[in-house]
Amino acid sequence: MKLNNVILKTTTQVVFFMIFLFSIHIFFAGHFSPGGGFVGGLLTASALVLLLLTYDLKTVQQLLPINYTTMTAIGLLLSLGTAATSAFLGDAFFKHYFDHFTLPLFGDTELHTAMLFDLGVYLVVVGVTMIIIQSIGGDE
Amino acid sequence: MNQVLLIFLPVLFALFVPLLYKTFSRIHTGWFVLLVPLTLAIYYARFIPNITEGPYTSTFYWVKSLDLSVTSYLDGLSLLFSLLITIIGSLVVLYSIFYLDRKKEQLHNFYFYLLMFMTAMLGVVQSDHLISLYLFWELTSISSFLLIGYWYNRDRSRFGALKSMMITVFGGLMMLGGFLLLAQAGGSYSIRELIANGSVIADSPYFIWMIVLILLGAFTKSAQFPFYIWLPDAMEAPTPVSAYLHSATMVKAGIYLVARLTPLFAVSEYWIWLVVLSGLITLFWGSFFSVKQTDLKGILAFSTVSQLGMIMAMLGAAGIAFHVESPQKTIFAFAAYAAIFHLVNHATFKGSLFMVAGIVDHETGTRDIRKLGGLMSLMPISFTIAAIGSLAMAGLPPFNGFLSKELFLTSMLSLKEFSLFNFSTWGPILPWVAFVASIFTFVYCLYFLYYTFMGKGNTSKLPKKPHEAPIGMLISPIILASLVVAIFFIPNVIGKYFIKPAVLAMQPQLYETIDDIPIHVQAWHGWTTELQMTIGIVVIGFLLFITLKKWQPIYRFVSEKWSLNGLYNRLMRFADVDSQKLSNLYMTGSMRHYLMYMFAFMVVAVISTLFMSNGFNYSTANTAEVGIFEIATLIVMIIGTLTVLIARTRLTAIIALGAVGYSVALFFIIFNAPDLALTQLVIETVSVALFLLAFYHLPKMSRHEERMPFKINNFLIALGVGVMVTLVALSAQSQKLLPSISQYYKDTVYTKAGGGNIVNVILVDYRGFDTLFEITVLAIAGMAILGMIKLRRPKKEKKTHETK
Repeated sequence: MKLNNVILKTTTQVVFFMIFLFSIHIFFAGHFSPGGGFVGGLLTASALVLLLLTYDLKTVQQLLPINYTTMTAIGLLLSLGTAATSAFLGDAFFKHYFDHFTLPLFGDTELHTAMLFDLGVYLVVVGVTMIIIQSIGGDE
Repeated sequence: MNQVLLIFLPVLFALFVPLLYKTFSRIHTGWFVLLVPLTLAIYYARFIPNITEGPYTSTFYWVKSLDLSVTSYLDGLSLLFSLLITIIGSLVVLYSIFYLDRKKEQLHNFYFYLLMFMTAMLGVVQSDHLISLYLFWELTSISSFLLIGYWYNRDRSRFGALKSMMITVFGGLMMLGGFLLLAQAGGSYSIRELIANGSVIADSPYFIWMIVLILLGAFTKSAQFPFYIWLPDAMEAPTPVSAYLHSATMVKAGIYLVARLTPLFAVSEYWIWLVVLSGLITLFWGSFFSVKQTDLKGILAFSTVSQLGMIMAMLGAAGIAFHVESPQKTIFAFAAYAAIFHLVNHATFKGSLFMVAGIVDHETGTRDIRKLGGLMSLMPISFTIAAIGSLAMAGLPPFNGFLSKELFLTSMLSLKEFSLFNFSTWGPILPWVAFVASIFTFVYCLYFLYYTFMGKGNTSKLPKKPHEAPIGMLISPIILASLVVAIFFIPNVIGKYFIKPAVLAMQPQLYETIDDIPIHVQAWHGWTTELQMTIGIVVIGFLLFITLKKWQPIYRFVSEKWSLNGLYNRLMRFADVDSQKLSNLYMTGSMRHYLMYMFAFMVVAVISTLFMSNGFNYSTANTAEVGIFEIATLIVMIIGTLTVLIARTRLTAIIALGAVGYSVALFFIIFNAPDLALTQLVIETVSVALFLLAFYHLPKMSRHEERMPFKINNFLIALGVGVMVTLVALSAQSQKLLPSISQYYKDTVYTKAGGGNIVNVILVDYRGFDTLFEITVLAIAGMAILGMIKLRRPKKEKKTHETK
């Protein structure tokens, strides 16, 4: 599918970054307001899909040489690792830890191990969606 | 602790075997491997002098919370077996160094399997825990499978390997069932505790089932009639393996199990009858058909079957000692001793015979007895060994077989004296069966010896020019053959150190110490019935052997089709071909059919459950008011759905489906669920994009899809699913059987989970397990799609593969 659509290309160049940054925001906002790893991951994936629709598969792969299989694996390991850490510390499997810290720039911030778990979810969702789209879309 | 860990020494050493094979390729790997059984043999030999002070136990906890452990339990019986395993093991490894060529054979595979077997077998005979016994038991089946299939590019090897595994694993599974019943009734998995608890177990309603199931395991493993058919086919294994697994050790695992559980089960008449009868039938059957064989190893295989039956029959007779008063003073005391004694003797003479068969095969290039003959002058040492082995097997003095054969006849004659359990009716026939079987044993021993080494053979026609084997190959059989002779002269020394401790372990209720066992074996024991029977056997056997050519044709009357092998083959073909036919009926390969099965089943299962459990309910009590927004969105959804149905092109259908999805997102917004709405919106976007991509690859709509029956079929299923979901949703909304969990979430979300957004905290914390599994499933699905698309074969290649 090779399209040459100037309007689409020009908008995509701006919109892609907006969606991507928004997805990052959604991901971090997750614990207190709507959002989370799953939606964040899907949004990132949709931003990438937009890129794919605008440019072709090859170009996107050159732009972002990411191995999505590895990404999925890392995500899965991260989630499982976060869940298992508590078991190694002597607590029940899947216990989360959190506390409040005062960080520069952010002020009073809550740091939560659930975020690491969510990061794993994010990576898996992006990875798998892109694996599916790339393998189906890239197939001749 | 060391004692139990030493069971695992062989398998741990096996891990280094491939390394040794690669690094020291100029030294035969067997030399390194030889160290393992030798070390273990020396270790176990240290227990011999004071084994009766034992038992020595040592436990390795495997899963403590589940009460799973590997306990090494060394008493007279398991020590005897451990010694057999390690000593014969050492001799076999030594023999194999000269039998298997360093350059041509894949030695690392061979020794890996062999060491794995050693661990498995030691585990079987030392385990006190039923489950670990079972695991080791199956591991012997698996290593036997691998060793029989060692020359895996031969058809017969693969066939034999599969056959042995099918039969022994079937038995193993039956045995597992028996073990579970046993543990359930006895309240423990420890054999010692179960034996101590014997009276409770005997009262269990499942007692007879335990006996049948466990005996199935023992009989399949020890090649009893009618399960023996795997053993002749197992002869495709390299000869060292046949000598080790299929005559000296593995096939005796069943014997071990029967001996070990005798104190538990011998109270039952079924046990005694089953073991005695199957033993005697096997003894007769094996010896009768042994004469039919033309392959040297085939003869030995049938003879092993028959000898195993003989030991089994004696073990059955040993059970009688539990039913008579003061059996120590009667004829019934002999059977247990005879069984163990013959087991040792059999290991020595059959081991040496197998090794000679291997030598003959190695030096002449054939094992076909019709081509062989007259090797005596060319291979004098091998001939001597073979003569000692086969005459011992025939039961002639001055070899150990004579002694145990006499004891065997004694214990069979004892069956005549026993009056309980209908033995008074049938008992007198049993010694006659033993007598006839022994005659055939005598015939096949001569048959094996005469047609290989004597007679008129044309040695020039053999594939190789025969000559005596290298000395290394002869060492092991010479050692075994000298034992055959030595045991004849010192039977009571062997008895004191090996046999009696084992008998003590087998019949703990009868004897306190080994000195209570009143058996003293003598070569000359007077003009007894046993001796008269032996003379009868020799005379009739000799006459039959001379006239062999005249009566051998009777074997042709045995039809192959209705033999047990034919039965096995048909069963396997049935399992293979016919079950495939059956599954091909519904496994069509069409995704559409599979979806139809799934949805149809789901509809039937859910709706019938809903009505059978009276779960359907409808009330409007808790519903909110319907506003203009809801109605509008609903109309959009209905129009979207109808468009999907009547759309002529797929593109329209996909876009309409997207519209339905976005309206659902609108509903979420109306019901104040921003998280869900957001997710639904993005998912809809991504999946429409996905659809468009996949759309590119879909075939054109076919005429098939426009046919009416096809449409009606799909319509019914779709309708069913829709009705099902509606019913479930209405019922779920209309009745709340449990209080809602929302309040708990509201109370704890900030204090305990440290978050503000309940939906997300549910995902990552409250129900994190769900999410973890979901992303795992997602990743698996991704990998599957990747594999399906990227790794599929190009079309051309696929075709050539199929025509092959």
